[in-house]
Amino acid sequence: MTTATDLSGNPQRRRKEAMIRRVFFAAAAFSILISLAIVLSLVGEAWNFVRQVELASLWDIGWFPRRGLYDIPTIVIATLLIAGVAMAVAVPLGLGAAVYLSEFARPRLRRLLKPALEALAGIPSVVLGFFALVWISPQIVQRFSSAGVFSMAAAGIGVGILTTPLVASVSEDAMRAVPGALREASYGLGATKATTVRRVVFPAAISGIAASLILGVSRAIGETMVVFMAAGAVGGSLRTWNVLEGGQTMTAAMASLAIGTDQVAGEGLAFQSLFFVGLLLFVMTLTLNAISNRFVRRVREKY
Amino acid sequence: MAARTVPTTTELVRQSLRGRRFSPGGVVFELGLLLMLLLALLILVTLLADILAGALPVFRERGVVDFVTSPLSLNGETAGVSSAIMGSVALTVIVALVSFPIGIGAAVYLEEYAPDNRVTRFIDTNIRNLAGVPSIVYGLLGLAVVVGLVDVIGLGGPGTTSGRNVVTAGLTMSILVLPIVIITAAEALRAVPSAIREAGFGVGATRWEVIRHHVLPSAAPGILTGTILTLARAFGETAPLLLIGVATGFFSAGAGASVVDQLTGKYTALPVVVFSWSRQPTEGFQDHLAPAAIVVLLAVLFTANAAAILLRNRYERKW
Amino acid sequence: MDRATSAEPVADHEGVVAAAPARNGLTRRVELRERAAAAPADREVVFDVSDLSVWYGSFRAIRDIELTVGKHEITAFIGPSGCGKSTLLRCFNRMNDLIDTARVEGSVRYHGVDLYGDDVDPVEVRRRIGMVFQKPNPFPKSIYDNIAFGPKIAGYEGDMDDIVERSLRRAALWDEVEDKLKDSALALSGGQQQRLCIARAIATDPDVLLMDEPASALDPIATLRIEELMYELKEDYTIVIVTHNMQQAARVSDRTAFFTVDVGDDGQRTGVLVELDETGKIFTNPNQRQTEDYITGRFG
Repeated sequence: MTTATDLSGNPQRRRKEAMIRRVFFAAAAFSILISLAIVLSLVGEAWNFVRQVELASLWDIGWFPRRGLYDIPTIVIATLLIAGVAMAVAVPLGLGAAVYLSEFARPRLRRLLKPALEALAGIPSVVLGFFALVWISPQIVQRFSSAGVFSMAAAGIGVGILTTPLVASVSEDAMRAVPGALREASYGLGATKATTVRRVVFPAAISGIAASLILGVSRAIGETMVVFMAAGAVGGSLRTWNVLEGGQTMTAAMASLAIGTDQVAGEGLAFQSLFFVGLLLFVMTLTLNAISNRFVRRVREKY
Repeated sequence: MAARTVPTTTELVRQSLRGRRFSPGGVVFELGLLLMLLLALLILVTLLADILAGALPVFRERGVVDFVTSPLSLNGETAGVSSAIMGSVALTVIVALVSFPIGIGAAVYLEEYAPDNRVTRFIDTNIRNLAGVPSIVYGLLGLAVVVGLVDVIGLGGPGTTSGRNVVTAGLTMSILVLPIVIITAAEALRAVPSAIREAGFGVGATRWEVIRHHVLPSAAPGILTGTILTLARAFGETAPLLLIGVATGFFSAGAGASVVDQLTGKYTALPVVVFSWSRQPTEGFQDHLAPAAIVVLLAVLFTANAAAILLRNRYERKW
Repeated sequence: MDRATSAEPVADHEGVVAAAPARNGLTRRVELRERAAAAPADREVVFDVSDLSVWYGSFRAIRDIELTVGKHEITAFIGPSGCGKSTLLRCFNRMNDLIDTARVEGSVRYHGVDLYGDDVDPVEVRRRIGMVFQKPNPFPKSIYDNIAFGPKIAGYEGDMDDIVERSLRRAALWDEVEDKLKDSALALSGGQQQRLCIARAIATDPDVLLMDEPASALDPIATLRIEELMYELKEDYTIVIVTHNMQQAARVSDRTAFFTVDVGDDGQRTGVLVELDETGKIFTNPNQRQTEDYITGRFG
């Protein structure tokens, strides 16, 4: 039985606690350091590029960095085209699969098929790039069009397959978050399942679904390997709006700059353009992700 | 009025209930959705089948073991993935050693120590943003910072490697996966019921003692599962490596190169080999060797995922 | 206060049954209460609460609390839900520290020492002032490890087996688990788990036991066993119990504090202490109208 009232405890134990807490804080703060490093290194070299480049060459016939032609719109357009093709694939497949799994599939079917969809998510982009090059291009794109071996269409379809699981899983989460009470209210009024899904569940989940689409676009924009392997035009590309032609996205442009010669030279405008494009990409995806987060927050607030 | 049998109430009810049980619009809708799902799965199957078909001749002629243990070569009949596997394994080990302590530590701070204020929320948002950054941007970071850093601290490697080695790759990949490690670890920590923590505090434990003796052990299966999946992801990444100077062509470590030289010299990784072989239409590289390498890659990833799922199922507690 | 000597439930003038069921423990309980009642001046005060308010951010949960808790007594906090009984209880072992937005104003003195003083280590406080929670929360470990954890981290280096056995005996659980100490604590029944939690709290050799609705998640039989346990534990510990079960308070406690919710001008619902007195008096002849209304079920 303690009657002594010294409540000051063990100072050694307290010091140890304080130190441990500081160590954990350092780990968390390290993540800020990383962000800082990314931003600083990108901005630094990008600024060098902007200072030195002739602004005229930023709006030219094409992206040929080793010849001093840095037509930004070329690679941005290619990025958007491929993202567009990708979403044309990923939205019907991903959203359709998600709606079916979430609303229609019986539990047993769901347990069987959902892991299969998740397996698709585990496939590395390099593998999908290979598939796009040796199968999608000859069997689908070339068969029905005049495209050559390399085309933005083939790469776009590959990116679309890559993005499908992402769209599917975020959309599915959004729909499962819709309270069962809403569905029951609809059934109670005599609506069929299809009507309920179309008129009640889908609109209720629209914020989350929008978030999934935006995330999908962001992912498609940031994809490198599939495009690098299947869209061709390594070394330089002309500005074009034709998806059946080859093209370089921002990411592919960066990759080809890196392995064009065996090493990337430390100086030189070409090297710096790498960072300029990287900064552009970083800003684009950051913005899209931020917008997507806003949608996700809206979902959370509603329910 | 024509004489007509008046239907009884039961009859009326039965007819009205039978009503619109079959609505063609609804069925078409549902079938359409199912079609989408099946199409996605069909694509998966086609992909695997095509790759397997391409890889089979290699395995049949040379056997899996030979393929896996042969080094890189320009000769399509003897080239194998041993150097690639070594590089990937070394890379993954470095990722595990670097990103796990920092990542789990950061998660512990955010979930167990951090007060709910603006600094914490800022760190949290920051981590989420980092998780969404395209992988190639991390390659840029590696190129701008890590390569030079590794060279400066003396691990730059022999010859003209100047820091373009597996150490750099490992560190760069660690930075890439760090946000994901933090997020998955944080989720696992959050899943531990707060009643456990309260009980621990109630008997006079300090915060670290509660974390160490109760929270972490309970969250361990979830953290482990998450980290295995993250490592699998790092194993399959390619784009950042391209920027930090992975060897995409043929190279040899040189006869009798020391372990240190091998670790700090030129290297390659399995996904990168897939990439370079895909671009070589000659000597069966594109047609057979690339798919064979993909099979090896997918086998590793499949094993890792299976292990993670088994682990989760075995240790998942029902609170 | 004649009812103390009868062995049967007695209804007072209001029809409220306020006596404990006839049992062996009753006589002993009677003795202790008489002892307490007989020597109020010698009554040693364990907790002395003065002008206490607790804030969660800008929400004031309780205000202007003045009360004392005496040694080797069972003090019960009763009142409608939301009146801050648990909040007050958690001030006694500084569990409110764990909530970011919680702020304590006023003073809580423990054996004369300010619990919230600068040099007071909350960890040390919780070692001496144990807590049992509403829902049994054993660690997902073995029965043995559950009990041993507290002493181990407090640096105890003696015979752990001895402590485990003594704690389990004190908590009236030893006979049921002595041959399965290494089994998971989660395999025990609800009532057993709660007794395990009591044993766990006792293992650190505390001075005080705080119990936050300890039996509300248990069935009536398990509840009764917990109440019996409390009579026995009172010998060695000071007990403060929060309960929403009036009959339980009447059965078990020596003194009772009745709280209620006071709705302020701004609409905020803040808990206040209405009356604190000997249990018998509270349940038979309370001073405050509010207390009487609550006791007789006119509200709450």
